[in-house]
Amino acid sequence: MSSNITFSKVSRNFRRDSKDFFALDDVNLMVNENEFVAIVGPSGCGKTTCLRMVAGLEFPSSGLVQVDGVEVERPGPERAVVFQQFALFPWKTVHENIEFGLKSLGMPAAERRERIAGNIKLMNLEGYESAFPHQLSGGMQQRVAIARAYVLDPKVLLMDEPFGALDAQTRTVMQEELLRVGRLNPRTVLFITHAVDESVYLADRVVVMTRRPGRIKEIIDVKPVRDAEKWQQHERIEDVMDLESFVHLRTRIWRLLREQHDPADH
Amino acid sequence: MDAKLTHTQLAWLSITGLVIFFGTWTLAAALELAPRRFLPLPWEVAEAFVKLVKTPFSGETLQGHLVSSINRYVRGFLLAAAVGVPLGLMMGWYRWLDNVVTPLFDGLRFIAPIAWVPFAALWFGTGIGGPTMVIFAGAFPPCLINAYRGAKYVEQRYIEAAQVLGASGPRVIYEVLLPSSVPAIVAGLRVGAGTGWQSLIGAELIAASSGVGLMMVRAQGTLDTSTVMVGMLAVGVFGLLIDVALRAIEQYIQRRRGLAT
Repeated sequence: MSSNITFSKVSRNFRRDSKDFFALDDVNLMVNENEFVAIVGPSGCGKTTCLRMVAGLEFPSSGLVQVDGVEVERPGPERAVVFQQFALFPWKTVHENIEFGLKSLGMPAAERRERIAGNIKLMNLEGYESAFPHQLSGGMQQRVAIARAYVLDPKVLLMDEPFGALDAQTRTVMQEELLRVGRLNPRTVLFITHAVDESVYLADRVVVMTRRPGRIKEIIDVKPVRDAEKWQQHERIEDVMDLESFVHLRTRIWRLLREQHDPADH
Repeated sequence: MDAKLTHTQLAWLSITGLVIFFGTWTLAAALELAPRRFLPLPWEVAEAFVKLVKTPFSGETLQGHLVSSINRYVRGFLLAAAVGVPLGLMMGWYRWLDNVVTPLFDGLRFIAPIAWVPFAALWFGTGIGGPTMVIFAGAFPPCLINAYRGAKYVEQRYIEAAQVLGASGPRVIYEVLLPSSVPAIVAGLRVGAGTGWQSLIGAELIAASSGVGLMMVRAQGTLDTSTVMVGMLAVGVFGLLIDVALRAIEQYIQRRRGLAT
């Protein structure tokens, strides 16, 4: 059902003032089936570019991005994207937004209705089916965006700072929700964020990237610690964040990010 | 903009403008700045209006001429919208089509609609076809340009969202470019409705039997200036009505989309 993602020697450069800049330099990464991988890094490190390459919205200058061993050549509904700015169609209702991708799949109307109803329930959107996006709060809009991606039953789920535009409380709720939904429907997820807490809380592995050029600095294995320390027993995010094992991982990632902090920037 | 004028004050300003207009007109006519035959008094125009409504002129009453003008106009305008909007949207998506059409269009659109009159008559006849084509020539450019610009300036994130959700080219055009360009398209239709209506008189220079333009041309021939002015007023008032109606539609759409303030 799910897929794997591989980055092999992926570089991305662009020319400006007749000089070459590397947005990404020699990125090698494998995301396994049903694995949740988060990429953290300072802005401008190319983490969003990585995601957009899997989505088929951008392409490497050299190297290969593959899903299940097949090179990504164009966007497709089996690689659903949740954007930071939601990108819900403002002229469509919640129901129509969620339906959009299913129509691409050529699914019969009756089956579409059933699938949409299931996802509306999953994302706690009941009663909002005929609302327009601008009538909803940011958190509700992001639920719709996630439902719109999930409803396609995609092989991989690509999330580009999906909670970046939400207030702190809403973000917490959405993080818990994502973990809950992920347990019900395991999926290969590539998750871009600059929030260290969020990456440790959600991901099986956290990829730390450096800036200029964008390279992978280190990959932190969270899952063994999470399983050993039984984070799942804690229902609330703040309880998990209080655990010594969580704090330890978070500090380690913070240090990695700070090491590359360029004093010339500030 | 001026600060804080109330609705009442604004209404009074509009009334003042009208009073100045009709006052100047009356004064100029009363002082015979132009011979009375060439510049009738406002109430002479009003009399001509009543007469034209009651008794046929050149075979039709004023209403009859207006109906036949509107008939041609609606055909020409609908044709312009039906061709211009989809073509503009497609040009915004398919670069090859843009490259085929744009150089041609950029040259042709500078030819005034009235310049097409002889050819419109020769190719499409002087009944419905010819005048319709002239109105089409007037209304088409704004319809196309606005749809094209609307499609070009659609926010990239909506296009990307549609693409990652598996939408094909025609679906992107129909379900993303079209709805997100609605404000631009409606603005273009409004401008096109105006330019189309303006082309009407030119179109009816070749009309065979009826129309406000034909009425004015015939009246001009006998120096019946009051009748010409009734025609001008009818064209102006009806044009205003079209604009008001389309503006209301535009605002309704924007409100529905939550874009209005």
